[in-house]
Amino acid sequence: MEIDPFIFRLSIFILSIFIGYYVVWSVTPSLHTPLMSVTNAISSVIIVGAIIAGLAGNSDSVFNTSSIFGFLAISLAAINIFGGFLVTQRMLAMYKKKKKDK
Amino acid sequence: MISANLSAIFYLISGVLFILALRGLSSPETSRKGNLFGILGMIIAITVTFFSIGNFSSGFIFVLIFLLVGGLVGAFIAYRIPMTAMPELVAGFHSLVGLAAVFVAISAFLNPDAFNLGSPGNIKLGSLIEMSIGAAVGAITFSGSIIAFLKLQGIMSGSPITFKGQHLLNALILISIIVLIYLLCSSQSSNLFWILLTVSFLIGFLLIIPIGGADMPVVISMLNSYSGWAAAGIGFTLENTALIITGALVGSSGAILSYIMCKGMNRSFFNVILGGFGATEKSSNSQNKEQRPVKSGNADDAAFLMKNASSVIIVPGYGMAVAQAQHALREMVDTLKKNDIKVSYAIHPVAGRMPGHMNVLLAEANVPYDEVFELEEINNDFANADVAFVIGANDVTNPVAKTDPQSPIYGMPVLDVEKCKSVLFVKRSLSPGYAGIDNDLFYKENTLMLFADAKKMTEDITKNL
Repeated sequence: MEIDPFIFRLSIFILSIFIGYYVVWSVTPSLHTPLMSVTNAISSVIIVGAIIAGLAGNSDSVFNTSSIFGFLAISLAAINIFGGFLVTQRMLAMYKKKKKDK
Repeated sequence: MISANLSAIFYLISGVLFILALRGLSSPETSRKGNLFGILGMIIAITVTFFSIGNFSSGFIFVLIFLLVGGLVGAFIAYRIPMTAMPELVAGFHSLVGLAAVFVAISAFLNPDAFNLGSPGNIKLGSLIEMSIGAAVGAITFSGSIIAFLKLQGIMSGSPITFKGQHLLNALILISIIVLIYLLCSSQSSNLFWILLTVSFLIGFLLIIPIGGADMPVVISMLNSYSGWAAAGIGFTLENTALIITGALVGSSGAILSYIMCKGMNRSFFNVILGGFGATEKSSNSQNKEQRPVKSGNADDAAFLMKNASSVIIVPGYGMAVAQAQHALREMVDTLKKNDIKVSYAIHPVAGRMPGHMNVLLAEANVPYDEVFELEEINNDFANADVAFVIGANDVTNPVAKTDPQSPIYGMPVLDVEKCKSVLFVKRSLSPGYAGIDNDLFYKENTLMLFADAKKMTEDITKNL
């Protein structure tokens, strides 16, 4: 009997939870705020679904109810992607070590 | 157009890059590179999606336009936002992830052909379950984050909003969501889909309103986790590996942060979620508060104490963020260091309104991160320090957490500030902190209260040093 592809996705999902568990415990507490902003940015990879939805309209009518929701989702996710990565970058640039010559 | 197998490989690569992005955060040196991995992963995921659809017609132009508009707004926000507003920003971003998940789910429900999920009214059962779970969690994330945002922004009162039968109502709504998903899957009715979304939005609001301002670190972490599970739900619907991996990573990340925050307050997750903390205690403590003697001083006294110290530990809290005192504080510390006084910073896990909030503010003020210590690292040093300078923190220093089993914060790990030779406490008044309980530290022999705005007081001390 063949295995349903869903099982493979479920396996990826479960194993990723474990990876997440170990990786996040190794994050230093002082970087917990950047952790939140970067997880924000990467969870906006949901834009992939939004793009599929946005491009689903045919060439005669780019806009239908379904694709409009797609376009809106693209904008929302894009705010998060750009905002999330850039604000993380901005924060991380501020973390500096003690200067030795002080 | 590239094959489905090839695009799946690329999605896997971007998932791995996202793992590396989080891995980089294990230390500040590697973190910047980690962020670049994250950006690279995102670029790969988006590009591959374009090529796998292979539709570069007029719709593609619109996709780019919407992408660009959102991107510009995001970039603008990212550069303009002050670091003190980071909790609001993160809450706002969570709401957007939630809403995007809802929109994608709506889109997939209305036009399942585009996602290879069947046809309207005849969507594959598995996909429909995944889609409705993703949509429901997304909706809860959205409305919950909006409330968190309003509370953090101060538009809505930070005090818990409770009413009779609240928990029963919430439980009923949560059960109704499960029933709705079941009915939706058996009937494919679009009406039920809209009802499900409405009810999920509603429960998001209801779940967050009873939770008070200082519990926001838990709430934000929890919503972070939800946004991940919502993304994973959509990832299953779209059969997209990048989205599944990311959803799992973000979901577990948020869950771990919530756990750390709850532990920092010695409260169970359910205790926080059920809310209402700090709403009941205030009245009972207000009578005996004014009777005990308090020593208060001015900037001159504080400067004198610190000038004669050889080591000073600074304990920042939410009040520092509110007063925007981090830069003034660093200037004071610079002056202290010039006088060969050893200065370090002690950060309680739940100081501020989100995990790591104080660390970011200190980093913004150019405080080197190797002078900033976590509770476990520094707690033994208080006994050997001359002066503890508490600025905008309160409950996290309250010794009652160690001594009084009746206290609502009993058992919460606190900074052993009272072990210092002297304690300087910058605070605007004697009012109790968030937990609504009096702080014994105010009345200790070796405590000097400095009643003033944190920023102004710090500046005045610097002048007097």
